[in-house]
Amino acid sequence: MSPQHKFWTVMGAVLALLVIASLLGWVLARRARNDGSREVVTNLNARIGAWWWMVAILCGCFLLGRVATLVLFALASFFALREFLTLTPTRRGDHLPLVLCFYLAIPLQYWLIGIDWYGLFAICIPVYGFLLLPAITALGGDTESFLERTTKIQWGLMLTVYCISYAPAVLLLHVPGYEGQNLLLLLYLLLVVQISDVLQYVFGKLFGRRKLAPSVSPSKTVEGLLGGGLSAVAVGAGLWWITPFSFWGSAGMSLIIVIAGFLGGLALSAVKRSLGAKDWGHMIEGHGGMLDRLDSVSFAAPVFFHVVRYALM
Amino acid sequence: MITSRILVGLVRLLVGAHGRWLGCEPKPVQRVYFANHSSHLDTLALWAALPPLLRRRTRPVAARDYWGNGGLRGFVAEHGFRAVYIERDRERRDGDPLDPLCEALAAGDSLIIFPEGTRSPAPLPQPFKAGLYHLAQRHPQVELVAVYLDTLHRAMPKGSLLPVPLTCMVRFGRALRLAEGEHKECFLQRAHAAVVELA
Repeated sequence: MSPQHKFWTVMGAVLALLVIASLLGWVLARRARNDGSREVVTNLNARIGAWWWMVAILCGCFLLGRVATLVLFALASFFALREFLTLTPTRRGDHLPLVLCFYLAIPLQYWLIGIDWYGLFAICIPVYGFLLLPAITALGGDTESFLERTTKIQWGLMLTVYCISYAPAVLLLHVPGYEGQNLLLLLYLLLVVQISDVLQYVFGKLFGRRKLAPSVSPSKTVEGLLGGGLSAVAVGAGLWWITPFSFWGSAGMSLIIVIAGFLGGLALSAVKRSLGAKDWGHMIEGHGGMLDRLDSVSFAAPVFFHVVRYALM
Repeated sequence: MITSRILVGLVRLLVGAHGRWLGCEPKPVQRVYFANHSSHLDTLALWAALPPLLRRRTRPVAARDYWGNGGLRGFVAEHGFRAVYIERDRERRDGDPLDPLCEALAAGDSLIIFPEGTRSPAPLPQPFKAGLYHLAQRHPQVELVAVYLDTLHRAMPKGSLLPVPLTCMVRFGRALRLAEGEHKECFLQRAHAAVVELA
């Protein structure tokens, strides 16, 4: 099968799933009797609606190619950073570092992926950004909670720009025998992460009993994690034919993606709570903000990238 | 028309500026929206937060010394949001500075004003100047709606050139009217409190 053929086969399956989910949502909405279940179903349907949009945008990207994909993820980073910093108290003295994060760091990071400069892509923000930003903040002269402010800006930048940029960075990987198919690897990563999220939500709602970390994220349960996570690994293994991995290799990769994604959701929930918010924003109806959807991607993408790079290159 | 659309798109991209109607409904009645003022983005954010139907009939009051000097800013003010200019410089005034505002109201348009008169660096507004009171006196039929803009003092603080993209929520509060025989100070404090309670 050609890469295009594989892409549309997978997308066909995703679309079929979405159609089924939409029909199910419609039936559930008609059968909801009390306010509690109506609320759950409304939220579910908003999520399904948002999924249609996300899949449409992804399809557009794959049709338009590499540049469009990079632009899309750069925009995702932009909105995620905007959400993160909106919840972060900053002061007048942080203005210049913040301007640099948005108008320099984001374009630069994605441009480096675009021109295939792996060496600088991998260290630009964690080395140069890490050192330069606090120095520039210090030049502003405001020492009031300096460490807290710089730490929060660094965290936001690493998470929303550096980590998220690892998803389209899989286009940089030169896996022998897999040339010209890297967009499929990105699709694989996104599908496994997102399906894992969805299945953990579904399993949690259906069978969830024991809460995993009630003070951090009340919706995460042991049953949800095990049921959803293992099913997502099964789906990922079943997609081995779009990846450069064997069946068991693909299962292992999916396991890594699922675990990293879960940890991302957990850690970012804790960050969110410590900033005093329930959702990161309101951009995506039913899902909250951009970061509520990308929290697991931001942890899974860098790990996936480096494991593939180590194992296959 | 095109300019307005591009402008609204740009404002959405940078600061979101989505409206939350807490104290009144977005109805097409003649109003003066008054808000706290902490950045040059305020005018654009409040104007963009209105639904298109209301936005077309709402004109922000803008300082001539900032928005009225031609160039890109002047173009945006003229063709983007149809500014009503107010002269802040006493030397250059001839006649009542509120006259252009009254003309716009007489033509049936709604207005956006910032009664502090200048930008404040803090999240909460400074005391209001008397302009709002005089408008309320001369146009008793117009609803005065309190609005609070959050985050923008961080997005584009005084003295900065580029805005940092941070999400701003525009909260629309209760509609006020000048009470019979209400004293100026009393009214201005009431209006001020209506903005503060949305913060």
